[in-house]
Order: sequence, then C-alpha cells, then structure tokens
Amino acid sequence: MADDHSQSHSHDHGSELSEMDARVKALETILTEKGYVDPAALDQIVEAFETRIGPKNGARIVARAWVDLEFKRRLLADATAAANSLGYVSPVGSHLIAVENTPTVHNLVVCTLCSCYPWEVLGLPPVWYKSAPYRSRAVIEPRRVLAEFGMTLPSETEIRIWDSTAETRFLVIPMRPRDTEGWSEERLAELVTRDSMIGAGLARSAHQAAAK
Amino acid sequence: MTNSIHDMGGMHGFGPVEPEPNEPVFHERWEGRVFAMRRAMGFPGLWTIDGGRASIEALPPVEYLRSSYYRRWFLGLERQLVEHGLVGADEIAAGRSLRQGAALARKLTTAELDKALTRGEFARPTNQAPRFKVGDRVRTKNINPATHTRLPRYARAKTGIIEAVRGCHVFPDTAAIGKGESPQWLYTVVFTGRELWGDDADPQLKVSIEAFEPYLDPA
Repeated sequence: MADDHSQSHSHDHGSELSEMDARVKALETILTEKGYVDPAALDQIVEAFETRIGPKNGARIVARAWVDLEFKRRLLADATAAANSLGYVSPVGSHLIAVENTPTVHNLVVCTLCSCYPWEVLGLPPVWYKSAPYRSRAVIEPRRVLAEFGMTLPSETEIRIWDSTAETRFLVIPMRPRDTEGWSEERLAELVTRDSMIGAGLARSAHQAAAK
Repeated sequence: MTNSIHDMGGMHGFGPVEPEPNEPVFHERWEGRVFAMRRAMGFPGLWTIDGGRASIEALPPVEYLRSSYYRRWFLGLERQLVEHGLVGADEIAAGRSLRQGAALARKLTTAELDKALTRGEFARPTNQAPRFKVGDRVRTKNINPATHTRLPRYARAKTGIIEAVRGCHVFPDTAAIGKGESPQWLYTVVFTGRELWGDDADPQLKVSIEAFEPYLDPA
C-alpha cells in the first residue's frame, strides 16, 4: 500500500528521475531539430506558470467578491466575464464557474477522470489534487478527505462535490473570515489560500494573518 | 479507453491524501519541459484535448499507476507523436531526429504565447434546442464504450437532477477518436450521495458531474 501510494505522487526519485531527465531531453531535441517547437517558447510557458499564473489570481477575484456584492453577483453568473472585467488578473478562458461556500453548503472540486483544474486562476494543480487517493475518495468520503486537511465540518453541513468531467472549470469562493470588516482587498486577498479555492480548506482567519 | 484505471471515483485502497507544504510548481526541471512541450504540440491542432486525455488513458493500468502525472503526460505525448507520424519510433529510440520533420499547420512561437496560456473555447453554435431544462429528473445511461468517454463509471445508470445548462460543447466521445466535434448540450447533473453509494452514504453529500446530452435519458 505504501508503495502504491508513493508511486501515485510525482516525487520522482532515483531511477525515474535520471531516466525521465534523459528521455525528456531527447524528445525536446527531436522536436526542436524537426522544427516543431521553439525552445524559447517552451522556456516562456514554464516561466509563466512558475511566476504569473498562480493562485494569486484567484485570491484577487475572491477578495473582490467579498467586498463588492455586485461583482460577486456577476462572478456567480459568468465567472469568466467577471474575472476578465477586473483587468488586473491574467486572462481567463472559457467556462469558469464560481461556486460559493455558505454556512450550510461546502463545495469541493475534484476531477476523478484526470486532473482538470482552473489553471488560469489557481495555476497548476498540487500533487495531492492529481493523486489517486484524492481522485478516488473525494466523491465517496469527502468528510474523511477534508479531515486529512485538518477540516471538520458540522454533520448537518451539505457537502457538494463538483466532478470536473467536461471543459467547465470550478472556483470555490470561500467564506469571508470574521473580524475582517473594513479590510482592503489587498489585505483580504492574503487570506485566500489555494486550498480554500478548491474547497479543501477555509480562508485564513484574521488571527492567523496577524500571527504570520 | 473507458473502463480503465484512470476512472478512479469511488475506489478504495489508495491511502490518505497527503498535502505537501510549500509545494513547488514543478518538482523537477523535466516536468516543466514536458508540460511546455505538450502545450506547444497541442497548438498545431493535430489532436484535441480529448485526444490528449485518451492517449494517457490508453496506458496500461500498471504503467498508469506507477507513473507520476507528468510522466503520464510524457508517455502519452510520445504515443501521440508516433501515431500522428510526426516522430518515428526509431527516432525516439535513437534520441535524435533521423529525418526532416512534417509540415505543421502552425507552430507556437513566443509571439503567440498568450494563445497557448489561455483556455480555448469549447462551446459551439447549434440549431438544436436542449432536450432538458433545469429541474428535470434524468437517468444516466449504462454505457461501456471501449473508446474515450467522460461519463464516469460511478455515475452510470443513476438518477439525478439537471441543475444547470452549460451550453452546447464539443463532444469528447467523438472528438477524442477523430470523429469530429459533434457538439452536444452540456448539463450539470446533481446526485445524492445515497443514489451513488447506497443507504450508508453521508446523508448530506451531493455530487455533480458535467454530463453531455447523449449520456442522459429522461427519468
């Protein structure tokens, strides 16, 4: 079991690392020599996802929704259009759908069939999101999965799982933490974690932010 | 491939979920190169996003499970490049190009990078009215095609409610196998935990899938 589990992760050790290093380099050489890819374009794709395209985008969208109810209404109606209207997050493509956590409903996003994820607002998915344990269990025993993230919800809270089986993508709007009245959007965005926008966590509390 | 190991919803035995603190975007340099090569080689339009998924689902189950996410991407990319005649198996074995490349319809350059960083549009115009509306009860079909589908096993032959109509979208089941986009209406269908998992399921659990119209019958 332990072996099966570690193999589902992308922590590649030993032979796979050296094997993959060599094989990937060879394939890039072939594609470059044949004129199919431009290595400079590959560099820039990697750089974009290591720097610009990440959960900060989603956090800014959520923070705006917390302070601007009209924006939240538009976000829930058409998240792609609402996100692009901000002008200060990198462009968001089609079919982004925002779902809102409330005191009675907690949303959690998964892709049981592969690892579909809203890259443009959250960046590339973490290993756990792509792992067999998460993909298999989120739809059948989500409370146990959430407990592994340190989250316990009241038993009467509805848990709503969104299985991303098409080209629609889901962004969870976590609940705004207490005692944050009057905070600026920038300060609020610092509370919005990646996991909270998947539903695998809550936004950080004002207390946690102060302790930082 | 449809009833293969990638369709994991509801399986037991994979162990706990283990979040990694301060996880990097890529754990190894080669992961980023694989990611970028797949984006770049998707750009000429020789295959669809569904064809890409199908190439990974076609991996033998043992290979799928023992491979990391980006290793699967790499193996699927190699398979697609060979299947589409862009790279020879002999070239992959040799680790270098042995002959001139094929002409591509377009090549990703740094000038067009933004197009590769933003999601494409999968909605398509249609003259057909949607068969279902919000609130309708539907039953998913019991289908087991040997080719690609996006109806997970756990949600087949189950009764749910149409919660949203998402537009008319490229149909993965045909697009993946070169049979065209065949656009179909797409719905969010929500099921109770008990409908999916039986009487012992969490009474407060609801699970939705994004279901294409051909997957659904009126209930």
